[in-house]
Amino acid sequence: MTGRPSVVAVRRAAGRLATLGPGFGFLTVFLLFPLALVLSYTVFRRGRFGGVVYEPTGENFARLADPLYLDVVAGSVKLAVLTTLLALLLGYPTAYMIAKLPAKWKVIALVAVVLPFWTNFLIRTYAWIVLLNSEGLVNSGLKALGLGPVELLYTDGAIVAGLLYAYLPLMILPLYSAIERLDPSLREASANLGARPARTFWSVTLPLSLPGVLTGCVFVFVPSLGNFVIPELLGGGRRIMVGNLIRDQFLKARDWPFGSVLALAVIAVLVLLLFAQAWAARRAGRDA
Amino acid sequence: MRDRSGAAGGLGWLRLPFWLTYLFLYAPIAVLVIMSFNRAKTPYTWDGFSLDWYGRLLENDAIRGGLANTLIVAFGATALSTVLGTLLAVGLARYTRSRLLDALSTLPAILPDLVLAIGLLVFYTSVKMTLGLHSVLIAHTVFGMAFVSAVVRARLSHMDTSLEEASRDLGATPLTTFFTVTLPTLAPGILAGALLAFTLSLDEFVIAFFTAAPSEPTLPIVIYSMVRFGVTPEINALATLLLAVSFTVVIVAQRMTRLTEALK
Repeated sequence: MTGRPSVVAVRRAAGRLATLGPGFGFLTVFLLFPLALVLSYTVFRRGRFGGVVYEPTGENFARLADPLYLDVVAGSVKLAVLTTLLALLLGYPTAYMIAKLPAKWKVIALVAVVLPFWTNFLIRTYAWIVLLNSEGLVNSGLKALGLGPVELLYTDGAIVAGLLYAYLPLMILPLYSAIERLDPSLREASANLGARPARTFWSVTLPLSLPGVLTGCVFVFVPSLGNFVIPELLGGGRRIMVGNLIRDQFLKARDWPFGSVLALAVIAVLVLLLFAQAWAARRAGRDA
Repeated sequence: MRDRSGAAGGLGWLRLPFWLTYLFLYAPIAVLVIMSFNRAKTPYTWDGFSLDWYGRLLENDAIRGGLANTLIVAFGATALSTVLGTLLAVGLARYTRSRLLDALSTLPAILPDLVLAIGLLVFYTSVKMTLGLHSVLIAHTVFGMAFVSAVVRARLSHMDTSLEEASRDLGATPLTTFFTVTLPTLAPGILAGALLAFTLSLDEFVIAFFTAAPSEPTLPIVIYSMVRFGVTPEINALATLLLAVSFTVVIVAQRMTRLTEALK
């Protein structure tokens, strides 16, 4: 009688090992270990040709305070915030409209939002070069109106347009699912109590969809900060963003410890924002 | 009546940003597609319909090589991601309640691509592994399996466990149950996850840029170096072809999930 449960226990253990073992083994070697390496590099001296010399130092973190790098960070944050705000401004009404569509159109509208996102990111960026070029479509239009040509490509505006284009779907999807989940009876109650649609929106719909708003903002802000392709292709390399700085530390300057510090900073921002999002979601859950 | 018109009036202004969003999303793509059929060498003026750029594209060795490399990586990474991700999903749903493992399984999907890229570059260098298609394949598997596992788990959470219990009660071994009951039920989820991993790998640039050998670039890396040197109409043609592939895959995947939902 004592044999049977142990067979079950052995089988469960075998099942656990067979299902979880390969995946987590893989992730331990190719995700956790590399991340631990990057983390450890932040406190060592740089090697002459990349890599590190294992002498502890605090100077990598100290370099973050260098005005040269602070400028890069401030500039990147400015563009990433601008991109996030524009995405929210365009994305919220869109998500709201989609949530109100009849079921059949809803699916089509959602797929249409996601479709460009599944096309090659470089191609999507390249499309903006074609549009914004001095002889591009936008400038041809401006010229016809007697307004152009204006320098559009290789400006901060071009970078923001490219980032917005790349990440707008990541704003709309969480917004949509947050708005879709809202209990319509809350809005009806507000309307029945005599609130105008605008009042209902500002005091019921918007506060309750705040977790979705924050998720969307994190999804747009963080990759905007870390993108190095768009600043290079649409900004013409005039504007260096945090992503470019990290790329350069690893592939050009070969200062891996400082690059690791910058990467750690991006992760820190991500974690901080995710915590803020989780906190807002809990609060909204309590209010509803 | 007043109420209805009020609600419609409140929503009316939303139509503008709504349509603006779709115009914004599709106008650049439309321009690329139209330009790909343009005979003119400068991509800004229309000079009549032509398929010349498609012909040039097929003769471009760099692109052909890049495409071959990309397909090798995408098929390999998808196969590996699908096996590892599916097992992980079953394990997480059936054998553990650990929230830490749960978080770890989704980490690659949340982590910024640049961070994963430098992490793997540092790792490969420190274990003195030579870079090549295998190093990109491994890198793409890291995030691919996270997406497969997430999609399969969503399917698992809808799955009726009584089927598995019945199979076990009738004396089937866990292995038999897994292959004859669990796996077939999960098949649509696994397929959707695999498609997702495949498309993500096809388009992935940042991680490949850090982990590929310069002699074996994937297609996105080839595109990157072409785009950096300015506008060439061949890219329009390539863009149109890639768009067609992505659109087909997404629409097929969409149809399939709807079909499976209808069959439920």
